[in-house]
Amino acid sequence: MTTLAALVRRDIRIALRVGGGALIGVLFFLIVVVLMPFAIGPDLALLTRLGPAILWLGALLASLLTLDRLFMADHEDGSLDLIAMSRMPLELTCAAKALAHWLAAGLPLIIATPVLGLLLNLDAGATLAVALTLLVGTPALTFTGMIGAALAVTLHRGGLLLAVLVLPLSIPVLIFGVAASEAAISGPLSFGTPFSILCALSLVSFVIGPFAAAASLRQGLD
Amino acid sequence: MPNQLPVTPATTIRMPKDSNMTLIDLANPTRFLSLTARILPWLAGATAILLAIGLYQSAMAPDDYQQGATVKIMFIHVPNAWLSMFVWGVMSIAALGTLVWRHPLADVAAKAAAPIGAAFTFLALVTGSLWGRPMWGTYWEWDARLTSVLILFLMYLGLMALWRAVEDPSRAARAAAILTLVGAINLPIIKFSVDWWNTLHQPASVFRMGGPTLDRAFLMPLLVMAVAFSLLFITLHIAAMRNEILRRRVRSLQMMQASQRSA
Repeated sequence: MTTLAALVRRDIRIALRVGGGALIGVLFFLIVVVLMPFAIGPDLALLTRLGPAILWLGALLASLLTLDRLFMADHEDGSLDLIAMSRMPLELTCAAKALAHWLAAGLPLIIATPVLGLLLNLDAGATLAVALTLLVGTPALTFTGMIGAALAVTLHRGGLLLAVLVLPLSIPVLIFGVAASEAAISGPLSFGTPFSILCALSLVSFVIGPFAAAASLRQGLD
Repeated sequence: MPNQLPVTPATTIRMPKDSNMTLIDLANPTRFLSLTARILPWLAGATAILLAIGLYQSAMAPDDYQQGATVKIMFIHVPNAWLSMFVWGVMSIAALGTLVWRHPLADVAAKAAAPIGAAFTFLALVTGSLWGRPMWGTYWEWDARLTSVLILFLMYLGLMALWRAVEDPSRAARAAAILTLVGAINLPIIKFSVDWWNTLHQPASVFRMGGPTLDRAFLMPLLVMAVAFSLLFITLHIAAMRNEILRRRVRSLQMMQASQRSA
């Protein structure tokens, strides 16, 4: 357990320091959200209606952008091989790395959401609903995205291939995340149903993501 | 294990006519090639005959009392939709073969199936869209069944991109196998999407508890077409696998030649 905690601490430290690049995701999130009113037009009523969808889309793209750092940096300096050779099961190591990545790159997005909600003319309740669904939903994005990151690092291809592999898997999360936020803001459907499905998607990704990523690393790193 | 298979040159292998072929013999690419060379014409012939019968029956089928002649789109649409999921199932089994036994023939089977499955999925989407226009008044509707099949199509394309992105075939095979198994989660979602959500798409009417709700006049051509399309897939798949095996042999011969020349 202490090994895993040490791994999480190490990953967070590396991500937050110079060259880590985790906080670039937040900057990207901000820029995507700012671009939207330019594209749609500064119609406040329309922005309020589209707000949850814009925030979710921005968070999805921002989390996709930072994903290839999940294994790539460790692979480049060789520490990924050392981690894979350690006594910890590779599945647990992958889960720990994904957790660290979410804490460093996913959580800042949620903290930034209230500020960005102001730009989109969302009231406090709506912002809270979007932040809550992001809090529950972004771990699913990180844990399913980890599969793509592991494939990309074993194939020495990142970037566009990673996006093409990961985006179809993230569609259900996007659908139910936006559905839950919309339900909380305007109804008429109940908030509970899509929110529970969103929780379920996250839980399923916690199970499948580490196993698939570990299998991919094992197959690819030999 | 592929390493323990006999490595006789392809020209010297003669299979006895009365030998007991087992599944494991098929795992040898050379035997696979010689066996499929014999059965492929028969498969192609059976496919052509069944397709002709199915198309004739579809054309002769009565018009639906509500849908008119457009109901005949079903005879193309439904087999394509079934096949789109069946092919991913075949690829998932091949993926297990790749990951568990690391067998090159499983790699070949998975790689050859992806473009065919993508084509079936694309045809299911297109025919469904053409059918939806007169029936629902729209080419496209963002409901659960349509969306999940569209995701399936995108995943086929992603898989094909993955195969093309990596030069080393066995490395690509292992990566694609993992992605295939993860994507297999989508299959039950597609199948049950019409039960779980309120959708415009009609619920299952052939494979359901309590027998099909489809009339016999429509059911028979549909089943014939389904068998014909399945045979079409098997024929195309085997042909594509043969091409892929030959392509890999050419590739390794070229690499041998290149290394000899440089040496």
